[in-house]
Amino acid sequence: MAESVAQIFVNALLANNFVLAMFLGLCPFLGVSGKLDTAFPMGVATTFVMLVASLCAYGLNLLLTSFHLEFLRLIAYIVVIASAVQLVEMVLKKYSPALFRALGIYLPLITTNCAVLGVALFQTAREYDFAQSLAFSLGGGAGFTLALVLMASVRERLQLSDVPAVAQGTALSLMLAGILSLGFMGFAGLGG
Amino acid sequence: MSSDKRNWEEFMEGIWRQNPVFVMVLGMCPTLAVTVSAINALSMGLATFFVLVCSCALVSLLRKQIPKEVRIATYIVIIATFVTVVDYLIQAISLKLYEALGAFIQLIVVNCIILGRAEAHASKHPPLAAMINAAGMGIGFTIGLLALGVVREILGAGTLFGVALFGAHFQPWVIMVLPPGGFFVLGAWLLLFAALERRKQRRRAEQLEVAQHG
Repeated sequence: MAESVAQIFVNALLANNFVLAMFLGLCPFLGVSGKLDTAFPMGVATTFVMLVASLCAYGLNLLLTSFHLEFLRLIAYIVVIASAVQLVEMVLKKYSPALFRALGIYLPLITTNCAVLGVALFQTAREYDFAQSLAFSLGGGAGFTLALVLMASVRERLQLSDVPAVAQGTALSLMLAGILSLGFMGFAGLGG
Repeated sequence: MSSDKRNWEEFMEGIWRQNPVFVMVLGMCPTLAVTVSAINALSMGLATFFVLVCSCALVSLLRKQIPKEVRIATYIVIIATFVTVVDYLIQAISLKLYEALGAFIQLIVVNCIILGRAEAHASKHPPLAAMINAAGMGIGFTIGLLALGVVREILGAGTLFGVALFGAHFQPWVIMVLPPGGFFVLGAWLLLFAALERRKQRRRAEQLEVAQHG
């Protein structure tokens, strides 16, 4: 019954893509996907936070379960995620100020990216072991980056085309996301 | 009297002019993920409403005590506390509903609407005003969810709140309850609102022209 590590990775990356199939992390997906230059770093930063959050959540879950404090799980997870985001923010500010400014408000908002908390919650609910959690968070992060990059590429091309004025903006992005999501449905069953 | 009127305006703000789903496009993840049926949408809306009002009230009460540097972390812990309450509450009321909504109940924590309200409104206003504003937003969010849930359930399953609407020959449009349907329906609603807004602006411009040229 137990899914193999590879299956989990492929599932999280394609068949159950975090953004396009599970609706996690839509705010940055719609907000930062305007330009390819910011979309990719955003994806990488989010993937890193996901990885840290997933590892911490795994340890925290063991700890909380052994003390029978499961009701504190949610609060503990969110505090860990907020700290991880703070860390990424400080590193970026030090090593790449330009990127730091480009990501702007969306960087601290990784804290409230459902994809990050989603990784922690889903791995707990599905009782993944350590290796499985690792594969899940990496696959999820890569899937998020993939969706973001695809969307940004399409939107960059669209800037050159003649879109009816009424459909400009979010409505257009949502329709695009719907079509991408249709495409990703084709991967269903890939991970077994 | 004037304060009553102001309160009413604050309240209506979230429902219509600043509707979180259709105007601000916030809190998209639960909006799209749980609206496969009207009943799921309604429960999610009410759960969010409860968390929103309670946390805004508490944030507003504590607004003078919370140090500025750690305010976001404090807000999140407050919100997470109320979400835990709702999580256990729904589990106790209906296990079936709990399973249908899944992890998205706990994901209310990261709903941008709540943190946004706490930061932009509740931290600067007294408790009553904060609660009125939060209630308006919560109801606006619930209406937005219902608008999506109703359309998706009717088209995708041929039912409304679980009651079959069409005869046995109805062929459900399954894609509407699958992920792409969520994007399409929300996109369509936004298109509709954008079209209405443009028409209103054009009317206003025409009226102005008529007034100018007598």
